[in-house]
Parts: sequence; C-alpha cells; structure tokens
Amino acid sequence: MIKFLFKGILHDKSRSLLPIIVVSIGVLLTVILYCWLKGIMGESIVMNANFSTGHVKVMTRAYAKDAEQMPNDLAILKVTKQLNELMSSYPEMDWVKRIRFGGLIDFPDAKGETRAQGPVVGWAIDLLSPQSKEGVRFNLEKSLVAGKLPTKPGEAIISDLFAVKFHVKPGDKFTLFGTTMNGGMAFKNLTIAGTIRFGSVALDRGAIITDISDTQAALEMDDAAGEILGFLNTNQYDDEQAVLVKNSFNKKYSNVKDDYAPVMITLREQSGMAEYIDYVNAVGSMMIVIFVLAMSIVLWNAGLLGGLRRYNEFGVRLALGEDKNHIYRTIIYEGLFIGAIGSVVGTVLGLGASYYLQTVGFNIGGVMKNSSMLMPSVARAVITPTAYYIGFIPGLFSMVLGNALSGIGIYKRNTATLFKELEA
Amino acid sequence: MKKMNTVIIVILLGVMTMGSSLPDGTALLLKVDQNMSSTNRVFESTMTINGKRNSRTIGSKTMSEGTKKSFTEYLSPASEKGTKMLKLKGQLWIYSPSTDRIIQISGNMLRQSVMGSDLSYEDMMDDRKLTDIYNAKVIGEEKIGDRNNYIVELTAKVEDVAYYKQKVWVDEERFVPLKEELYAKSGQLLKRVELRDVQKIQGRWFPTSIVYKDMLKDGNGTEFKMINIKFNQTIPDYIFTKAALKQ
Repeated sequence: MIKFLFKGILHDKSRSLLPIIVVSIGVLLTVILYCWLKGIMGESIVMNANFSTGHVKVMTRAYAKDAEQMPNDLAILKVTKQLNELMSSYPEMDWVKRIRFGGLIDFPDAKGETRAQGPVVGWAIDLLSPQSKEGVRFNLEKSLVAGKLPTKPGEAIISDLFAVKFHVKPGDKFTLFGTTMNGGMAFKNLTIAGTIRFGSVALDRGAIITDISDTQAALEMDDAAGEILGFLNTNQYDDEQAVLVKNSFNKKYSNVKDDYAPVMITLREQSGMAEYIDYVNAVGSMMIVIFVLAMSIVLWNAGLLGGLRRYNEFGVRLALGEDKNHIYRTIIYEGLFIGAIGSVVGTVLGLGASYYLQTVGFNIGGVMKNSSMLMPSVARAVITPTAYYIGFIPGLFSMVLGNALSGIGIYKRNTATLFKELEA
Repeated sequence: MKKMNTVIIVILLGVMTMGSSLPDGTALLLKVDQNMSSTNRVFESTMTINGKRNSRTIGSKTMSEGTKKSFTEYLSPASEKGTKMLKLKGQLWIYSPSTDRIIQISGNMLRQSVMGSDLSYEDMMDDRKLTDIYNAKVIGEEKIGDRNNYIVELTAKVEDVAYYKQKVWVDEERFVPLKEELYAKSGQLLKRVELRDVQKIQGRWFPTSIVYKDMLKDGNGTEFKMINIKFNQTIPDYIFTKAALKQ
C-alpha cells in the first residue's frame, strides 16, 4: 500500500505540490528561527559563563548576597586551599579564581597629574600561567585590536573604545584607583599591553583585564579572591550536571553557620540567567505551537480543497466497496508522506539559511548601545543537532492533522446515494 | 464679659509665650557655627571603621583654613601612610606614595566612601557654615543623656549640598550638635551622626568624637576621634598647594 500511495503522490502533482510547498516553507521558517534563537541564546550564555558566571561559581555566603556589587571585602580568604579542594573533589572540571572590581582609570599628564580619567569594570584573571585557559575564555587573542597580550606583571588590557576616547595606546602608563579589600585606597600603576574589542557593548564601554596577581597586590587581597568559577569539561552548560556538583559541594558546608563559608551556585541561578533561559525556551516552544496551529489550519484548508477535488475518487472507491476507515487511513498516510517530504525539503533549505546566518550574522551593536547585559554585538544563528529534526515535528504533525481534519468528511458520505452522485 | 476677655487674652499670651520658648532657628544655627567653624584648625585624628568583617583604625593629621582649604596626611597604618589629600575650593586631589601620582577626584567618585568608612569624600569636603547652606527651624526639644537639646530642622537653600534635609539635636547650653540625621531630597535617611565627648577648647565647645553610620551600608559605623585639636594656628601657605602633596 505504501508503494501505491507513494506513486499516487509523485504522479498526481496537484495532490502533493501545494502541501509540500506549504510544509517546506513552514519547516524552513521553524529551522531558521530555532537556529537563530539558539544562536543568540547560546552565544549569550557562553559569553556570560566565560566572563561572569562560570558553569558554577563559589563565593562566600556574604559575598553571594550582594554579588552584583562585587563586594571584595567579603571575598574568599585562603583561596588557594579552597581551589585545591575543588580541584581534587571535582577533577573533571576546570576551576579558576577571579576578582571582579570597579574602579577608576587615571591617565597622567607630563607632571604626573590627572589628564583624563574614567570608570572601569575590571576582571582579574590568570593571564600569565602557561596552562591557563582564561585567555581563550575571554577570546583575548582574537579580540585584540592593538598591542599584545600581557606577558609580565604590571601589564593590562583595556577596551579599545576606552583607549580611543582617552587618546591612549599600548605602552602608555596609567593608574588604577579603587578600593582595597580592607576598604583603603588602592593605587596601582599599570602599562597598557594591548587594546581589545570584546564585541559586547556592555564590556566595550569601559573594561580592564589584569593578571590576578597584580590585582591581588593592588587590592590587598593576598591569597584572596572574590569568586572561584568552575567550568564543565564539555564547555557547554549542562544544568543537571551543574546542579549535581552544586548540591554535593553545598552539602559539605550545610552545618557551617559562618557567613563567610563558601557557597556554590549554578549559572542558571545567577544574574537573571534563569529568567533569560526560560524566556528563550518559552519563546521557542510558543513559536513551534503557533506554527503548528497555523500550518494545520492552512493544510486543513488544502486538504478540504483536495477532498473536494477528490470527491468523485472517494465516491468510486466507496462504491467499489472500500472501507471508509481504510480510505481515511490512506489519507493519513498520504499526509505523513507529504509531511515527510516537505520536512526534508524545508529542513535542508532551513539549515542552508541558518548556516549563512551562522557565518555572517547580524550586527545588533546599534540597538545594544546602552545595554548592560553580556550580549554579542553580532547576533548569529547556530546549527545544533536538534536543528536537524526540529522541523519534522510541526512538518509531519500539521500535515497529518490537516488531512485528519479534512478527511472526516468521508464519514459523512452516504453509500446509498453514491451512484446517484456519480451519475450526476 | 470683661472677665471672659481677660481669660482669653491670658490664654493667648500663654500660648504665644510657649511658642516663643523655642529660639529662632537661624540665630541658633549662628551660635552652632561659631563653635564648629574657625579661621583655621590643625588636628590629629583616628578613624575607626567597624566593617562587616573586621575593624581598622586610620591615623591622620589635618590642617584646614576656612571652609575651602584642607590638607590631610595619613599617618597609619603602614598601607595608608604617606597618602595625602588636598581640598581646594571644591576640588580634591589625592597623592599616593606607592605610585607617586596625584589623582583628582571628581564627579560621582566624590560620593564614594573614604577608606571604606561611612564618610564620603563629599562629606569630608563640605565644611561650609550651616547658616550659608541651610534654612533652620526649631521644631522641638529632646534630651540626649543628661543634656537638653533643641531639635532643628535644616532645609537646603543652595543646590550643591550632599543632604537636602538635616535634623540636628543642638545642646541648649553649649550650642553644639549632639546628633544629626541626614536625609536625601526623597526623605530617605542616608546617615546618622552622633557627636560625643564635647570639650571646651580655646573658649569654644567642640565634639571630639563623631560616630558616622551610613544607613545604606552594612557595618557598625565609623568613629572619628580628634586627638589633638588647635584652632587659629599659623599654617604656611604652601601647605595648600599641589606641590605639598609630593613632599
């Protein structure tokens, strides 16, 4: 029967061409939108993980309460010991200590007095250890606009927009002015090793990256760090795995009453990430549901038209003694085949378009000018394994549903009047 | 009828006399300014910052002239020793010996905390006489410890003030503030200040211990103690120059 139906679809183009085109377009749109959403969401999550949240983050309980304020006076003390414990307990993950800080960059004139200054957000990371993966996480090499990456203590990278604004270049000296862990005034003379463009408006407005040893010295944070970030070895955020690590770590300290005891939180639990992930997932699901409904209505219509066109054919088949259920089943199977063909065509076209968007992307820097969220300024699609089958769900479902709805008409045919109808 | 009129007049006079028992706000504020302001002053002080995690004490020596010139050198602890601050007509410079740099503090940075304390740079800079920047109204009386105080409500009459409103408890005999509440224009309480250990120094009453509490910050406040204060001293002019910062 399958061969028979297949031949029917191929030979009777008026039965299959329009539904295949409609399904293909629908699937094409589904695949593109899915890849686009995944791309923006994925890049944003990766960027947030690398720059800010890690896949999990360890802080003191007191620091965690105001983590957005970067309260380094509440930082983790004896951080090396804590880091070693994490490395031995969870060796499959990469653990790094970091300090985030706010401050003022002050550029001197010839007399050593303030010529220009501006506020910055700083990241103190391990830039100098040969085994450090932090440079890769921050995509430093590729983001470098001028100069070089720091190779020795006392060198720092600043955002290129900042350098342009204050007319400074690699090799120029400046003073970082901030607050020490103890609340005192922190001063540190540094040299610009290079300037960088991260591709995120929030970062490019004014950022500084220093080696953690320099910042520890400047902020009087000897063997202390604000945060320890953990990264899963897959480099992709896996909420289930992150929650397992978090629960196991926090269990060890569940009986400790100290406000400065360490606490671990997952990426999802940080800086509005849960809402963001849920929002994107909800939008994705909603898009597919709306698409399925809209397509079903269109295909139902197409099915009805086909049903009308094939009114006589069904009449003859019924007159020849074919069971109504059998005819209905064949219509469903036809829908399945047409849906499959349309889904394959739509998926291939959708993946092609998504690949283009993945490679070229759209520049959204203009609309993100005042944004504080870590979003890439060029939005790109990304093709994930799901993209290969996501289009089949609405493609098959809508076609089958459309045919199922329109096929109900068969049951309303009266066998007794069939010949009269055929004679007419 | 005559009797009735006399009673009403007596009552009215009584009410008026009761009202006039509270002094005029501006006159009271002038007396406060006479105690708190001086041509110049030199003092050594300690500032104990009671943070969330620990406490620390910073020693400094300050020389100030009028309301526009002030020079502070930090003496201890070792990490702060040699740091100097110069205030000249609303501008503030900080010298750090470790970087040998003079950095100007301006804009939003002036609202930041000084050395992690409950005082902002703005608080340290604003030494203007209260009568120059606030309208005053005495709104009541209250006892603090064994001292009777007038409660004075101050409302800013100039734009560039850190606190739009203040409520000040002024000692009725010594004309020294013993407590202050500093408010934003929105009415939010920003800081609470307690002034203690009032001593008579060179003929004026002066509080030598001040506890500041930033109400928007955790921690147990900052205690500012003046160890040795002298008024009307001879301060060389070069002290109030940027060149003095590097010396």
